[in-house]
Formats: sequence, C-alpha cells, structure tokens
Amino acid sequence: MPGTRISRMFADLKRDGRKALIAYITVGDPSPDRTPALVEALERGGADLIELGVPFSDPIADGPVIQRAGERALAAGTTLRGVLAIAAEIRERSQIPLLLFTYLNPVVRYGVEELARDAAAAGIDGCLLTDASVEEAGEYVDVMRRHALDTVFLAAPTSTERRLKLIAKYSTGFVYLVSRTGVTGERESLSASAVPLIKAVRKVTDLPLAVGFGVSKKEHVSELGREAEAVVVGSAIVRLIEGNAGNASLELQLESFVRELKSGFGAGRT
Amino acid sequence: MTTSQPDAGGHFGPYGGRYVPEVLMAPLEELEQTYLEARLDPAFQAELDQLLHTYAGRPTPLYYARRLSEQLGGAKLYIKREDLLHTGAHKINNCLGQALLARRMGKRRIIAETGAGQHGVATATVCALFGLECVVYMGEEDMRRQRLNVFRMRLLGAKVVGVSNGSRTLKDAISEAMRDWVTNVGTTHYLLGSALGSHPYPLMVRDFHKVIGEEARRQIQEVEGRLPDTIFACVGGGSNAIGIFHAFLDDAAVKLVGVEAGGSGTALGQHAARFSGGSPGVLQGARSYLLQDENGQISLTHSVSAGLDYALVGPEHAWLHDNGRAEYVSIADREALDAARQLSRTEGIIPALESAHAVAEAVKRAPEARGRVFLVNLSGRGDKDIDIYREQMGDLED
Repeated sequence: MPGTRISRMFADLKRDGRKALIAYITVGDPSPDRTPALVEALERGGADLIELGVPFSDPIADGPVIQRAGERALAAGTTLRGVLAIAAEIRERSQIPLLLFTYLNPVVRYGVEELARDAAAAGIDGCLLTDASVEEAGEYVDVMRRHALDTVFLAAPTSTERRLKLIAKYSTGFVYLVSRTGVTGERESLSASAVPLIKAVRKVTDLPLAVGFGVSKKEHVSELGREAEAVVVGSAIVRLIEGNAGNASLELQLESFVRELKSGFGAGRT
Repeated sequence: MTTSQPDAGGHFGPYGGRYVPEVLMAPLEELEQTYLEARLDPAFQAELDQLLHTYAGRPTPLYYARRLSEQLGGAKLYIKREDLLHTGAHKINNCLGQALLARRMGKRRIIAETGAGQHGVATATVCALFGLECVVYMGEEDMRRQRLNVFRMRLLGAKVVGVSNGSRTLKDAISEAMRDWVTNVGTTHYLLGSALGSHPYPLMVRDFHKVIGEEARRQIQEVEGRLPDTIFACVGGGSNAIGIFHAFLDDAAVKLVGVEAGGSGTALGQHAARFSGGSPGVLQGARSYLLQDENGQISLTHSVSAGLDYALVGPEHAWLHDNGRAEYVSIADREALDAARQLSRTEGIIPALESAHAVAEAVKRAPEARGRVFLVNLSGRGDKDIDIYREQMGDLED
C-alpha cells in the first residue's frame, strides 16, 4: 500500500467518516525510559497519531508548559539520537503513525541525511520542523522524500495566500494549522481565527488538515472536528504528565483524558 | 563581491536566511517590504539623518589617542567615539531607524531584548521620543549586572520584564521577545538590537549602523591622508562591528578584526567565542556560527560583558569569517578589564566593557606595528559598567 502510515491512517478514517486525534508528547519527560509506556497509554485512549517532541534548549514557539517539559527531558539526558531509539522501541509494539516534531538545530547538528535515514529505520513516518520556513526547506524536503518520510508544515492565521500555496506544495501527510497567533499552551476558548484559516487552507490543498494550539478540552475537539480532519492536543497532555509524574496512575489518567477528548468527535467514534 | 550580500532571501553565503515559526513569516515580509521602500525614499533618509544629527549627536569624533599610542610605542591608535552618542552607545543609530519604520507600518507597540541594557535604553529613548509603548525583555542575571540601565529604562517610561529562563541572559531575553512577537504580531514591532535574527534584520541593522564606517573612512583620510591598516571592533551579535567594517569591505588592504568574548576560559560555557569554539547551526531566526553541544543544544556562555554574552554571531560575520575578509579573535575577561583601566588612565575615556575587548586587541598588537594606523570602534561608554569595574578592581576601593 503506498504512502506512509500517516496518509493511510487519514484515508482509513475518511472512508469511515471519522476524525483523528493527534497527541503531542515531549519525549524524555519525565525520563526517556517512561516515554514508550506513555505513548501506549495515549494510543489506548484513542490517539490516532503521536507527535514525538524533541526537547530543545531554546524553544521560541513554546509556552511555559512545553518549555518546562523540555527542560526536564534535557535534564534527564534526552537527545535526538535517544528519541529515535525510543521511536524504534514504540514501533516494535505498535503501528500508530509517528511524527517527529522538532526545532531545526538538533537536526542540522545530526545531519539531515543521517536523520532521515535513521528516522525511517526507526519506524518514524514524517517530520515537522517548528522553525524552518518553506523557503529554507528545499533540501530537507528532497532528502525526506528520498527516505519516504512525510514533511508536515505549519500554516498560521498570518500566512498570506501566497505562503499557504507554498506550504501546501511542500507538505505531505497533512497540513498543521496553528489556530491562533502565539506560543503553544491551553486556552479556555478557541480563537476566532481557526475556522477562517481552515477554509483558506482548504482552498489550496486536498491534504487532510489538523488544527492545534490552544486545544485542551472535549468541546474544542468537537468544535474543530466539524471543520478539520484532525485536532492536535499538546500542552494539556504535557501538563497532565507534569502534574502526575510521580503518580502510579499516570498512564491510566492519560488514557482516560485522551478518551474524553476524543469523545468530542461524537458518539461511537472511539 | 561582499557588498552585494545578502541575496533576496537574506543569505550571506550559506548563513542568515529566515528560520522562524510560520506565524512570524508575514510580519518579516511586511518589515522587509517597508524597509526596502523606505530605503529608496529620500524623505525617510532625510528625517533619519536629521534625527541622527540633532538628536543622537552624529557625526561622532574620530580621536587620535596620542598618550596611549605613545605608551604602546608602535601603531597610531585612532578611536571612533560612538560612546559619545546620546544614550552612550552606537545602538541609537538602529533604534531611530527602526522607530521610523514602526511608525510607517502603523505599529504603536515596541518590544526589544537587551543584554547590557544599552539597546534597551536606546529603545526606551526612541519610544519616548515617538510616543510609543515600550516593553524590554532582559535576563535576570543581566538585570543584576546592569542595574543602572534597568532604572534608566524605567525612567524613560519603558516596562522592563525580567526573564528567568535558561542562563537568564541575552539569549533568553531574545526567546521571550520572540514569544511576545508571535503573540502580539498585529500591533507590535520587534525592535531587534543587533545584526542578528531573520532577514531583513541583519541587513537593516547593518544599514542603520554603516554610517559609523562611512564617517570614519572620511575622517581618517582627512587627518592621515590614507585609510587605516587595521580596524578593531567587538562582536557580540556584531552590529557595531559590521557598522564600522562595511564601508571598508572593498578596501582589501584594510584588515578587519572582530573581537569576541574569551570569557574566563576555553571550555564550553566559559566564553562566547563562537568562531574558535562553535560551529554552524540555527538559532533564533538565522543560520550562523553558534556555541552548541554535540546534540545541537545551545550552550551557556560567559563573559564579564553582558553585551557579548551570546551564543550566536550575526550571519554576515560568519560569511566574512569564511571568506577570509575579516579575522575574528577573542579577548579574555581579564584582558578587557586591564584595557579599560589603561584607556581610562591614558586618555580619560572610560569604555564600556564590550568596547574594552576591541581596545585590548589593539593594545596587544600596537607595539609590533610601528608606522601603522589602527582604528578602534569605541562602541559604548563605561558608565553602565561602573558596578562591575568596582567589583573587579578591588585595589581601587578604600
């Protein structure tokens, strides 16, 4: 079957008339050895795709919750190489799509070609670079293609139509829509800019659209699920991990939180 | 060749470019468009020139440091007195230019980062002048080191926000300013203070400072009838250095020397010498030389001088380094402090600690350079550093 696990997952869901819940986790928080079990819990709760966040020392796009998670992960010795090893461990037991979510510098240091090779070997399906504009991404996209990895780019409420077309052109798997201006983090209510952005991106691509930033509860999932193919939850998951790292019931709590979020898509769709 | 840089995408050779979250791409494009139009608008340039002349105090003098030169017994040392500008450093050149651009874009809220506080003070100053709201991000470690400047900013009406992340210095202040910009992008202009960050900043900041080198070139020809042999400037992000270098890039006989912070030692974390201790990477919007570990995590840096205490060097310097047009060296904390004392005692000029690094390198080379003409960019004055000088020069206290 052609395409990555990501495009196959979206094709399957579309056929069944269902939506995807995407869960972000900072790999190595609270420690690298716990990440596989946390990912399994997210999957049991109904997550359809996992974003494996690579911790970085200077996360300019992240709010305090993910900043703190990155600090904990780095203090616990997490490296990009270590993230790939963890992905391989997850892949031994699961076929859930895995998207590497990272700032550019660790990738530059590792080597784009080497990363693509090792990520593909580890069972990763694609990559999203938080701080690489499409203008700077030509070589990276070519390398990822050669290794049959998806390249997901961000679209923002400030993106012009010209930029949205470029983003659509360079993206495979899906397009990640940033629902509002600002850093990552939960919000009480969704931004009014989310739906207009979905409509604008829809005009320039047939790719599935995932919406993230600020999503923290079932009602948000429900609202965005009416318009987009997928909804991303990040900081709310990371905060739950932060608050319960020493708690034996962490995995159970994660599982039920994801199940609760996913129920936002509507009955019978777990 | 060098003067045609950067290309349309903001690249200086392989360096520079735009590496930011997508949210910031549109405002960068807007800023670029506004700047490129303003650059060709005689009215914009005339207003900026008028402000530089009547408000900031340009042109600054070129001063022959006779006693220091005689003491060293070699090269003739000339000093470009950017320290005499309003607010006490070269930073005001760029702040006036960017404030005019913010007004042109209709943005009434200004944010900035600051290390030593000189850029923060210059930003607060132009915001007062133009009636703009001003928020300055500053690492808590730098707030401690530069208390006087914190108060100056507040007196000027700016809000100073302490940053407690990471090393609590300039790098962390930039990250926090970028997070603010990502959030308030519609109303806010980020008045970046060095030749760093994404295109068009390195180009634009260089252009606003290149007046330093243009004046110095004219002035040295008037007094010496020729160009200098060597030019020295300190390099944190590198704005004063690129400002004085730029007018001389095509004069192949003029040596350009950038001086980084050698800090307290050569181990990672003890200095901010990006060329000798770092490697190319991407941080805070640009590709350039930076200090990082083997996993691509950004290293902590150290310098007695807050303005040089930063992990990445401006991308045009990376390019000038690789193509050999400029040479980059480092000066240790101790050497800079000694040079500050020497300049104070021989010439009655107390330099900023940053600028003292450039003085130190010139002082080192002068004795072996009889008959040569040296030009040192004295980018700032030392008032803001008096607390550190007092700490470090215990022998002068009662």
